[in-house]
Amino acid sequence: MNPVATPFFFYALSGIAVGSAIATITRRNPVHSALALIVTLLSVAGLYLMLYAPFVAGVQIILYAGGIMVLFLFVIMLVSIEQVQREAEFNRQWHVAIAASLALAALLLFVFVKGRGIFPQRTLSLPETLNTQQVGLMLYGRYLLPFEVASLLLLVAIIGAVVMAKKRI
Amino acid sequence: MAEISTLHYLVVAAALFIVGVIGVLTRRNVVIILMSIELILNAVNLNLVAFSRLHGLHGQVFSIFVITDAAAEAAVGLGILIAFFRNKETVNVDEVDLLKW
Repeated sequence: MNPVATPFFFYALSGIAVGSAIATITRRNPVHSALALIVTLLSVAGLYLMLYAPFVAGVQIILYAGGIMVLFLFVIMLVSIEQVQREAEFNRQWHVAIAASLALAALLLFVFVKGRGIFPQRTLSLPETLNTQQVGLMLYGRYLLPFEVASLLLLVAIIGAVVMAKKRI
Repeated sequence: MAEISTLHYLVVAAALFIVGVIGVLTRRNVVIILMSIELILNAVNLNLVAFSRLHGLHGQVFSIFVITDAAAEAAVGLGILIAFFRNKETVNVDEVDLLKW
């Protein structure tokens, strides 16, 4: 199956992603920032679909946009936002921060300009109908130990979050 | 610009990374800082998945682990934020100065 209108979807999705990311860091209201981050996550999931990774796109939508961002919204509702609306938005060292970020952007641009010929031009043919099966086989075959360690990490994170947020230990 | 190559996806990932770094370094609200960290992790994930088209499915498997890690980190970070908010009634990161001299 040949892809259709690939440059249009790529530029639209990446424009929405970067625009919503800028909206995330510039909104005063944290709820607006969380909603803009959800839009960013969904457009990045669309970019994953364009990269022939449907399983990662599904995991991104279900776990990231549907789990982590809901957790963020719950915590934003718990901490008060009335005084946040009245405080200053950016901290005192934002000049140095912008300078450092521009230096990092210049470094990344230099890397991209100098090294644009080292990537192999032809991509692998990853059939998207077999993607979930192959990712599952790799998770349970070669990457079994990181898989189990990740479940242990989630257990530790659950216990840690419950202990942190309890009123009386 | 007719052919969308790997470099295009890397540039988008770098742009998301820069926006996340600016958000971490510039904002005062701890929740927004945590959301900017999630932006950085998404940029890394996009990089991994873009390269996995060239070198096999290892990038996608690793990006699943990165998403799992981001979930654990967001849970613990927000738990710490709630514990801190319960004591000091603010989410301003400039107020976290109990260990300052």
